[in-house]
Amino acid sequence: MQSLGIDVLLKGSNFLRLLTGLWTAVRISLISVAISIALGILAGMLMTSKSTLVKVLMRVYLEIVRIMPQMVLLFIVYFGTTRVFGLNLEAETAAIIVFTFWGTAEMGDLVRGALISIPRIQYESAAALGMSETAAFRYVILPQTVRRLIPLSINLITRMIKTTSLVMMIGIVEVLKVGQQIIEANRKTSPNAAFGVFAVVFLMYFLICWPVSRLAARLEKRWA
Amino acid sequence: MENEVLRIEHLHKEFEGNVILKDLNLTVRRGEVIVVIGPSGCGKSTFLRCINALEDIQGGQILLDGHPVRRDAKDVTQMRQKIGMVFQSYDLFPHKTILHNITLAPEKVQKRPRAEAEKEAMELLERVGLADRAGDYPRQLSGGQKQRVAIVRALCMHPEILLLDEITAALDPEMVHEVLEVVVSLARLGSTMLIVTHEMAFARAIADRVLFLDGGEIVEESSDPKAFFTKPQTPRAQAFLKTFDYE
Repeated sequence: MQSLGIDVLLKGSNFLRLLTGLWTAVRISLISVAISIALGILAGMLMTSKSTLVKVLMRVYLEIVRIMPQMVLLFIVYFGTTRVFGLNLEAETAAIIVFTFWGTAEMGDLVRGALISIPRIQYESAAALGMSETAAFRYVILPQTVRRLIPLSINLITRMIKTTSLVMMIGIVEVLKVGQQIIEANRKTSPNAAFGVFAVVFLMYFLICWPVSRLAARLEKRWA
Repeated sequence: MENEVLRIEHLHKEFEGNVILKDLNLTVRRGEVIVVIGPSGCGKSTFLRCINALEDIQGGQILLDGHPVRRDAKDVTQMRQKIGMVFQSYDLFPHKTILHNITLAPEKVQKRPRAEAEKEAMELLERVGLADRAGDYPRQLSGGQKQRVAIVRALCMHPEILLLDEITAALDPEMVHEVLEVVVSLARLGSTMLIVTHEMAFARAIADRVLFLDGGEIVEESSDPKAFFTKPQTPRAQAFLKTFDYE
């Protein structure tokens, strides 16, 4: 059998570089996810607003996010804004803006779904106990929404982690890009590196996403 | 009347052009137990929901201790604290333990100290035989147990009047009794209650006054439940009560 090409990772600081790239990917997704959750709760509340105008605007926002490939969004924000608005965004900032823009819409839709799945009678029984709308939301509706939301949002989080592989297109050196660099640099000495390095990258994504997805399954079971 | 708790004057309720309640008038005195019966869709549940301002009304007024209860009024949450309500589907808060279901509103709405609210909640749970379930979650309880907790949850707010909306309608027959026994004991202790029910034997035993509602209006009212159930005066009430007989 031919060499699997994993040996290149043992050369020099290659493996450490790969880990640094992984951390870049995880950092971008962690920051985006954190902001998306906070803004997503607000977006979800707006999506269930009584005002038709607000609902339509939120719907348009969600559809734009869903229809537009994330890569196009990345290009618009990173390359587009530089010329038009004279902004000089760091690539990582641009990536976080795009992922947050996307995550907020998707999270908002999850929050909306969770909110409307709470039976009306829960609002009414809170009202019957003399709770104001704010108190009912805070003590009765929100805790139940969050319980329904966590398993769903964890799926979104893993999707976001995986999609960070796109940020190399705007020049961010994340795990996949580092992998490519290692493969290119060792083309002569280890021609099989493409297999070994990408396999290790795959394993790294798996090791990050799998525990997250297990956690979702466990929470889903506990709160069902 | 000095003993008056609740007064309803010319209550009129419409929904999308359909008249649901027509010119209802009722005065409830302290300690009185009033049972509302009538066929499905006669408006009896809507009637209770209007009293608790869960529904808009299109005419008339509802006065609790002389103070109007209105859905759009600023003080509606204060008024609702004085009106306890238990629903058909027991609707406990699934994310809270039994004890915290009961103490949530006393603590957060009435701002009572936690220890005091919990002490009272435990005493009330003791009374309905569920003190040992205080730490459980609603899903661990049977329907009858959940409904007893819902009653305790309403009681812990010290309401002036308790509205019970078909509280046994969703229960298995063998659980109906345990819930109604609690209601009977409340009546003995002097609670003021307005009860919508389909349990005729229970209605007969507990009512100080019976209202028969049909087509959104009070068709017959009697302060002698025994006489009403044996020999109703109006043909509509006679026809309705007949549907409970099997010969």
